[in-house]
Amino acid sequence: MLTIDRATRDAIVEHARRDHPDEACGVVAGPAGSDRPARHVPMLNAAMSPTFYEFDSGDLLKLYREMDDNDEEPVVIYHSHTSTEAYPSRTDISLAQEPDAHYVLVSTRDGAHESGPVDFRSYRIVDGEVSEEEVAVVERYDHDTTQTATTQTPTTQTQTEKAAD
Amino acid sequence: MAIEVRIPTILRTFTDGERAVDGKGDTVAELIEQLEANHAGIKERIVEDGVVRRFINVYVNDEDIRFTGGLETAITDGDTVVILPAVAGG
Repeated sequence: MLTIDRATRDAIVEHARRDHPDEACGVVAGPAGSDRPARHVPMLNAAMSPTFYEFDSGDLLKLYREMDDNDEEPVVIYHSHTSTEAYPSRTDISLAQEPDAHYVLVSTRDGAHESGPVDFRSYRIVDGEVSEEEVAVVERYDHDTTQTATTQTPTTQTQTEKAAD
Repeated sequence: MAIEVRIPTILRTFTDGERAVDGKGDTVAELIEQLEANHAGIKERIVEDGVVRRFINVYVNDEDIRFTGGLETAITDGDTVVILPAVAGG
């Protein structure tokens, strides 16, 4: 299960909408071993493409150096699909090289604008095997996140949900 | 003094979990041969058909070797070599 705070989830959706129709990508770093996505780092899609994403190689090195210095790891690696569902493509699966990361897929196919729905789903991709996992959105990380978690099996997120908070 | 080689998570199965190993060589190609001698199987994860794999990045002192001569990039004691898988997809 991926547990993520609402502000970070919303920031990822916002990034995906902003870069639509190109794919958006980034990571959420967190303390090593914590499995807690804490620091959102939107990355430039060097491919600038609606069907492909790739971190710029210089940015990638800088990011990993920063994470090393902070004793962090990439807890979440996310990117958007802009005309297909939020499910890893064959390319996503064959290029996934962080077995410990939660791979988050966001689809802006129907929700490129504020009112539309945006799918937000999370997967583990290990040795070419994909397994989807639940996403628990919490208001903040505290000692007992189970108290505040609103666990959702992969469903469509809309802005109306946010307005209802 | 040796050359420090930073190993990404996905290749640490070849280095008994070590995040960094010492290497030597006058070029990146020689360094990778020497890595292979100590950690059999690692080379083919980095190199394909005589060049660095498309979705693997190798840096010598912060420079991506694609821009500095590829595997023939010269290295010397005290250098740091970083291997990082690309973060990419479709």
